[in-house]
Amino acid sequence: MNWNTILFLLVPYAVVPLAVVASAYRLLYRPYTVSSLSSQILESRKLFWGSISFHWGLVLVLTGHLVALLLPRSITLWNAAPIRLYLLEATGLALGLWALAGGAVLAWRRYSDARVRAVTRPADVIVLVLLVVSMVTGVLTATLYSFGSSWFTAVFTPYLWSLATLRPRPELVADLPWLVKLHAFNFFLLAATFPFTRLVHIVTLPLGYLYRPWQLVIWARRPSRDTGARR
Amino acid sequence: MNVRAHMSMMFHLDKCLGCHTCSVACKNLWTDPRGSEYMWWNNVETRPGTGYPTLWEDQEHFHGGWVRTRAGELKLRLHSRVKGLANLFYNPSLPVIDDYYEPFTFRYQDLFDAPAGTDQPTAIPISQITGEPIDIVSGPNWDDDLAGSAIYARNDPNLESVSAHVRAQLDEIERVVFTYVPRICNHCLNPACVAACPSGAIYKRAEDGVVLVNDTKCRGWRMCVAACPYKKVYNNWTTGKSEKCILCFPRLETGQAPGCAHSCVGRIRYVGVLLYDADKIPSAASVPTADLVHSQLSAILDPHDPKVVAAAEASGVDPGWVEAAGRSPVYRFVKEWGIALPLHPEYRTMAMMFYVPPLSPLMSTYEDGLASPDVHPAHTDFDLSADLDRARLPIEYLANLFSAGDVKPVRAALAKMMAVRAFKRRESVEGSVDEATLELLHKAGSSAREAEEMYRLTTLASFQERFVIPKYHRETQIEGHVDPLVHKGSAGRGYLQASER
Ligand code: HEM
Ligand code: SF4
Ligand code: SF4
Repeated sequence: MNWNTILFLLVPYAVVPLAVVASAYRLLYRPYTVSSLSSQILESRKLFWGSISFHWGLVLVLTGHLVALLLPRSITLWNAAPIRLYLLEATGLALGLWALAGGAVLAWRRYSDARVRAVTRPADVIVLVLLVVSMVTGVLTATLYSFGSSWFTAVFTPYLWSLATLRPRPELVADLPWLVKLHAFNFFLLAATFPFTRLVHIVTLPLGYLYRPWQLVIWARRPSRDTGARR
Repeated sequence: MNVRAHMSMMFHLDKCLGCHTCSVACKNLWTDPRGSEYMWWNNVETRPGTGYPTLWEDQEHFHGGWVRTRAGELKLRLHSRVKGLANLFYNPSLPVIDDYYEPFTFRYQDLFDAPAGTDQPTAIPISQITGEPIDIVSGPNWDDDLAGSAIYARNDPNLESVSAHVRAQLDEIERVVFTYVPRICNHCLNPACVAACPSGAIYKRAEDGVVLVNDTKCRGWRMCVAACPYKKVYNNWTTGKSEKCILCFPRLETGQAPGCAHSCVGRIRYVGVLLYDADKIPSAASVPTADLVHSQLSAILDPHDPKVVAAAEASGVDPGWVEAAGRSPVYRFVKEWGIALPLHPEYRTMAMMFYVPPLSPLMSTYEDGLASPDVHPAHTDFDLSADLDRARLPIEYLANLFSAGDVKPVRAALAKMMAVRAFKRRESVEGSVDEATLELLHKAGSSAREAEEMYRLTTLASFQERFVIPKYHRETQIEGHVDPLVHKGSAGRGYLQASER
């Protein structure tokens, strides 16, 4: 067993099921602890510059990764024309930089604002550090090892599918540069922290708001003669 | 007709002393844990003034409540559904802690630990957030009694539409005037907090209308804080959850009045049931501004009407509640006598806490002979009734608070109260009531009998008359699915699960 197998086979197989089970447990049995843990009431200006760019940048880049994983052919076809390849690469890089700038503001805010510092726990720092590592290695990969959008589908898509279908082939990533490996491995670290930190807030995205009724009225016990729609 | 019952409170502003006993009772009961020190579910404001949080009525800034579109429909001022989700990462209309105040305490231990010296040791103020020494620059009632002040009173948003001439009068030192407005969550019929919550964590209880945050569903997006036009939802900065007035439902369910009402020194608060037609809510909330007070009051039903009683039964309202609605002091003030009004009906949330506008500052205009020294005391009652516009606290100002700027309902309420006062004065001082006074009473839409009842309920009412709280029968509602003894001994404020921070 070599390092590559440990880092890219054992670790994901240990961490990902843990993240799923522990998150589900927390959401179902410890729901009170699940919150975005906002600190906006304590500090709003810097959060504006940090949170919006960090979140939008990151959410869009993550969506890009997801598309490359689930619909690799769409990326390959898109990248067939060089102009479209450049466009995609430039967009990805810009979004990554935008997210990174936001992350930097968030980290600086946690450090410099006394009120925010008062509500900062070790978990907040760990999560921010891991995310900054993710974003820095991601941006560097995009600049040093172009064109990621093309080789991701050739390397990571089969690798991740091999893990998902329980026919693991860690050797697929064995020859990648260490920077790229760090970027990938760091993701597993984030997954490990996911259920135990505020990161669970990501799966509570309240899409139901798009269609739920505006008003919610709840009976302790619905009267038996109740007829009309009351909710 | 879809009849539901509502537990409502009525504030008789004429009687409020501004003593803040209510606020302290509430604080001790509910909001002293870390993270909620800055919250005052009950607060008492000096008016004219900027209130707490500062300038909460400035909806151009805070985007609370509903607005009526040109098509006559309602939409949240804060956001559409899509925009609500897009703003999750950063809530653009959230007040920050400085809009309330930075909670503080004092370093009392210094009093004991100070080394021997020539001067007295002091306990310096420290922030309850950071623990560091701070300069206290504001507090929940920082503008207490500062009527006429240039930074507080003059910036009151309700003065905006008051004519420049009247505003100038307010600034004259001899005419400086103020009144107190205690506020809790209005447990609205059309709550903006409920509508704004992306997680659907806030709901209204059908049985009694109490609006509650389900803290296991709350994810801390804070849209409710921004959307409530009364700024009566607060974000706990340790747990990350939103918290608000619960109308002391654990007390109500055991037959006791809410803490603020129970402790009220001025006995200004009345608690009772109102029956309302839930089907009327959407249409009542979306009429043009001028009709808002009327449309809201017409959604409140007469508990003595047999048709209403039958409909209430059909809708599943507990018969004990229907009976209690018939004895509700709130119903009498709001509907029978028509002298209590909702706070800021123009926010269109259909607030279910009601206010009797204050008469005292008007009367003192004449009684102290300040504004009108030429009027003979025997004529003041008549004179002032005929000319409410000369009142020391401008009637437009009260109308901006309680009737969306329409002076008619406020004028009617004040005229009636004034007539009752004249009537009782004649009766108790002179021993008889002359024709002119009875005429005054009739003109105000009242009668000798009603005046007597208003007088009794206003001044002499006992606990049982002020607080008419029917049985909740919670045991029958929950024992089917929860063992009633599970939470035995665990009543009160606390956390069932520890929060992450
Ligand atoms: C997709 C839906 C998401 C929503 C609705 C969301 C919402 C929020 C909110 C409301 C906050 C609190 C900001 C404040 O202090 O007021 C927050 C903070 C945070 N979010 Fe998200 N988020 C999402 C996705 C993500 C993702 C994908 C990540 C990273 C992988 C992430 C990482 C963080 C971090 C690290 C913080 C703390 C920032 C700080 O240090 O203050 N979020 N998020
Ligand atoms: S006053 Fe109470 S019920 Fe009404 S919108 Fe505000 S928090 Fe909700
Ligand atoms: S306790 Fe009663 S009298 Fe005192 S401030 Fe509160 S409402 Fe007014």
